[in-house]
Amino acid sequence: MSTAAQRLSYREACRQAIRAAIQADERVFLMGEDVGRYGGCYAVSKGLLDEFGPERIVDTPLSEAAFVGAGIGAAIGGLRPIVEIMTCNFSLLALDQILNNAATIPHMSGGQFSVPLVIRMATGAGRQLAAQHSHSLEGWYAHIPGLRVLAPATVTDARYMLQAALADPNPVLVFEHIMLYALEGELDPGVSAVDIEHAAIRRPGRDLSLITYGGSLPKALSAAELLAAEGIDAEVVDLRVLRPLDDATIMESVRRTRRAVVIDEGWRSGSLAAEVCTRIVEQAFYELDAPLARVCTEEAPIPYAKHLEDAALPQPEKIVAAARALVGGRG
Amino acid sequence: MSDDASPGRAHGQLLLREMLRIRRFEARCSELYQAGKIRGFLHLYDGEEAVSVGVMQALGPEDAVVATYREHGQALARGIPMGPLMAEMYGKQQGCSRGRGGSMHIFDRERHFYGGNAIVGGGLPLAVGIALADRRLRRPALTACFFGEGAVDEGAFHESMNLAALWSLPLLFVCENNLYSMGTPVALAEAETDIARKARCYHMPGEAVDGMDPMAVEAAARRAVAAIRSGSGPFFLECRTYRFRAHSMFDAQLYRDKDEIGRWRQRDPIAGLQQQLRDQQLLGSDDLAGLEAGIERELADAVAFAEAGTLEPVSDLLRFVTLDKVPQ
Repeated sequence: MSTAAQRLSYREACRQAIRAAIQADERVFLMGEDVGRYGGCYAVSKGLLDEFGPERIVDTPLSEAAFVGAGIGAAIGGLRPIVEIMTCNFSLLALDQILNNAATIPHMSGGQFSVPLVIRMATGAGRQLAAQHSHSLEGWYAHIPGLRVLAPATVTDARYMLQAALADPNPVLVFEHIMLYALEGELDPGVSAVDIEHAAIRRPGRDLSLITYGGSLPKALSAAELLAAEGIDAEVVDLRVLRPLDDATIMESVRRTRRAVVIDEGWRSGSLAAEVCTRIVEQAFYELDAPLARVCTEEAPIPYAKHLEDAALPQPEKIVAAARALVGGRG
Repeated sequence: MSDDASPGRAHGQLLLREMLRIRRFEARCSELYQAGKIRGFLHLYDGEEAVSVGVMQALGPEDAVVATYREHGQALARGIPMGPLMAEMYGKQQGCSRGRGGSMHIFDRERHFYGGNAIVGGGLPLAVGIALADRRLRRPALTACFFGEGAVDEGAFHESMNLAALWSLPLLFVCENNLYSMGTPVALAEAETDIARKARCYHMPGEAVDGMDPMAVEAAARRAVAAIRSGSGPFFLECRTYRFRAHSMFDAQLYRDKDEIGRWRQRDPIAGLQQQLRDQQLLGSDDLAGLEAGIERELADAVAFAEAGTLEPVSDLLRFVTLDKVPQ
């Protein structure tokens, strides 16, 4: 089987996922700014317009509220839209539609209408795009009941989360970190689906848990390697699903390692990391051997200058320092 | 009022009855609000009845309706039964949204009624999507999207008008222009106060009609619907109307004087149609008494239904936050 393993980029995995979804279900279409002729801001949908035509790959004007709302209406009306918001920064222009329509209509209508919609958006910093193009807003969306929030961090998840998202009768938001698009990995030919329920342990370890997701996963894995060189055996947990959180996998890991650092590219105050830490305190407090720690983005708008941007974001060195401080009290 | 036109006896009385049902239902809601049976926001449609009643005459059962937060009239005119509507006002699980929505969020799947939306302009993008789905799935339906003139100030209005026209969707935009967005008059909110003109910027046919005249509204809506069904894309219909009562139950109406309200009351759509039908020998005293008695019975039954309704168990609070499957 291993000879058939396919090496591809995260970007190509996203494209394959969209292609397969459009081929599998005639109700599925991709809609968003520059998804067609331009090929997608991050080139995810390059070539798909030629392959599927303008009914299935729909370029929209710069009207986030209208085309996200139209995606919601189309989903209620029986289609299965994949709406691409170019980046999560622009999703603020559609926040009303996502929160007040997509997330509320099923409950507010007493279960009469569901919104089987997938919204994909790029997230995160790292390309010197400055304050307005570098947000990580997935934690905000993970606050909202009614939504499922996904953060694929591997090519396998990029390839297969979409089909699970489209099968969900509820609105699903998929956050693709901009620094992951060029990441390469192998698709296991034995895998043809993934769940969108569970966190995954990406590196087993005994001494502490590094809990993270999305663009911070490669940083946490790098940190684990650096820690290994110091004799600290870190486990890396990829949350994958930011709402609803998979408490069981988080607690199982923390109960074994008794220490945890949560790494989150969102700002610290009111962050997803804060939520994960609180749940650990609520559910596994007496099994901890050290205080919890967080590595989040510094509480400032993300600056343009490279050295300042680097300083603002979680980095392997910061994760290592946080982990070392926790394990230093070991024994 | 278009004095020379005759709706015919049956249809004229139907229009009158539909408007009276709304007027009486809301009058009772207001009393029930004072009595504490209904809470939250309650936005009355008093004075605007001709708009919904007129427009709904032009729609078929497969057509979709996207409503506003002032949507009791839209809901009743669409055919949502009064009992479940009143039960919704009571917050009972027999309500048309199981008591989860209340006055501002009436939903009815069977009648393709996609909700009162309490974010001004929030329903317009939704209507674009429903119309898109109808066209893509080759269903011969159109979507009627109601909104007030205040929504015209929102970006979502312009984005939705543009998308609907760009994609030539089967969508009827119905602007209920009651001259005030809450307390702010059109002249203080709009650089262009002739709202129907805005459609031209989107290459969309637009028409303004006297929203106090149900026959005029119906005729305009029928023209608009015929144009949409012929495949010519969306249509914009501005209905010029007036809200006789306060914006909501918390509004002291400091922003308009009683003379203005009095002048508009002279143009009450119900009194006007009643007079016209009498003049045309299409409505006798017995007819009117019969209509009124029928509505009183319907209303009494609706209140009894709501009173007898039950509260959803608290254990169901999280039910429908997410659904297990797409409702069919």
